[in-house]
Amino acid sequence: MTDYASLVRDYYGSYVLVAVLFLVGGGIVAGGLAANRLLRPSRPTPEKLTTYECGVDPVGEGWAQSHVRYYVFTYLYVVFAVDAIFLFPWATIFSAQGYGAVTLGEMFVFLGFLATGLLYAYKKGVLTWV
Amino acid sequence: MRDVVALVLVTVAFLTLPLIIGQAEHKVMAHMQGRLGPMYAGGFHGWAQLVADGVKFAQKEDTVPAAADRRIFLLAPGVALVPYLVVLAVVPVGPGQVAVDLSLGLFFALAVMGIGVIGSIMAGWASANKYSLLGGMRVAAQLVSYELPMVLAAASAAMAAGTLNLSGIAGAWQWWWLVWQAPAAVVFFLAGLAELRRPPFDMPVADSEIIFGPYTEYGGLRFAFFLLAEYAGILVVCSLTTVLFLGGWQGPLLPGFLWTLIKVFLLAFVVIWFRVAFPRLREDQLQRLAWVYLVPIALGQLALTGVVKVVTGA
Repeated sequence: MTDYASLVRDYYGSYVLVAVLFLVGGGIVAGGLAANRLLRPSRPTPEKLTTYECGVDPVGEGWAQSHVRYYVFTYLYVVFAVDAIFLFPWATIFSAQGYGAVTLGEMFVFLGFLATGLLYAYKKGVLTWV
Repeated sequence: MRDVVALVLVTVAFLTLPLIIGQAEHKVMAHMQGRLGPMYAGGFHGWAQLVADGVKFAQKEDTVPAAADRRIFLLAPGVALVPYLVVLAVVPVGPGQVAVDLSLGLFFALAVMGIGVIGSIMAGWASANKYSLLGGMRVAAQLVSYELPMVLAAASAAMAAGTLNLSGIAGAWQWWWLVWQAPAAVVFFLAGLAELRRPPFDMPVADSEIIFGPYTEYGGLRFAFFLLAEYAGILVVCSLTTVLFLGGWQGPLLPGFLWTLIKVFLLAFVVIWFRVAFPRLREDQLQRLAWVYLVPIALGQLALTGVVKVVTGA
């Protein structure tokens, strides 16, 4: 049991380091910006703060309505990526003792599903940008 | 104590290696195009050019457009930059020489790298600028298209090694993986470049068309952070490719960490070379490359990896 407890502690211990590194990164960005605040001039004028549109006054709003043409790709991505995540736990054990051919067969079923889905999307013409 | 030293080393690497890659880009690009590149700053072949740039950036006014979504706009450069620092911590440079040895290292690296892209999407949206919005949309489109081949190619390396631990993968590497895993390596590297929006996949920032897309409204130090994030991203993608597909620290004679550095910088050279050699892909060509070529190749590689692994019983 003690072994298990130390394993858990090690596991979270390494993620504490990750959290520390996030803080270090935040510190680098914040420190840089603080130094920037001391060194830089600040003379905002209304002209300086207008939206940049290559020199002419901006027309309408920046958040204009536009057609999100890639939304089909997003659907495809969600479908495929969720599937792909399941590959990772499987990848670490599929060739271990006692798995072998059966898991390989399962993988081909899995890949078959993905490939059929992609082929279907291709036939439907959604892979062509409109 | 070991952890403190390791974190300091990672931070130092994060702050210096991207600059070396950036300087190399200046010089390599220049010489490939029959120019000299920076020659004055620092005296010897302009070695201090990026330091001079940094000093300049630090003194520049920080303007936030009146129309922008102020808080998100200010936050975006940090979101773009910090994840690459964190990913570097899980990359092994030698046997046992890794700052944070996560058992889920590969998975962690892929997940955190994705966050960096969010920074650009935030910038694109928060700028309230039509060019930026277009660029942000394209960044998002590129992320959803290239994340999948990248994940599948990485899964192939994990299958070959039988572990998600990056040290374990680099340690399990054999020279014949260069052939066996070659398609996955190419797919991973290209998808990585596309996620960084490096030329020829730089449609989202296309400076000559949508004037740097999401970064149009940025200036001064915040813009410099985006640039630094790009070069830190090159470092991360090259090191992950090295670890997954080129055996990491493995090599004759020289110590392991030197081999890692050599391989990373060779790949970084290829990244720069790509920028000089290929014209920018159009948005539809970008999507087509991902879905019609890279994803099927990656799926084929998974089948190949599985069969070879089970048949050879390796």
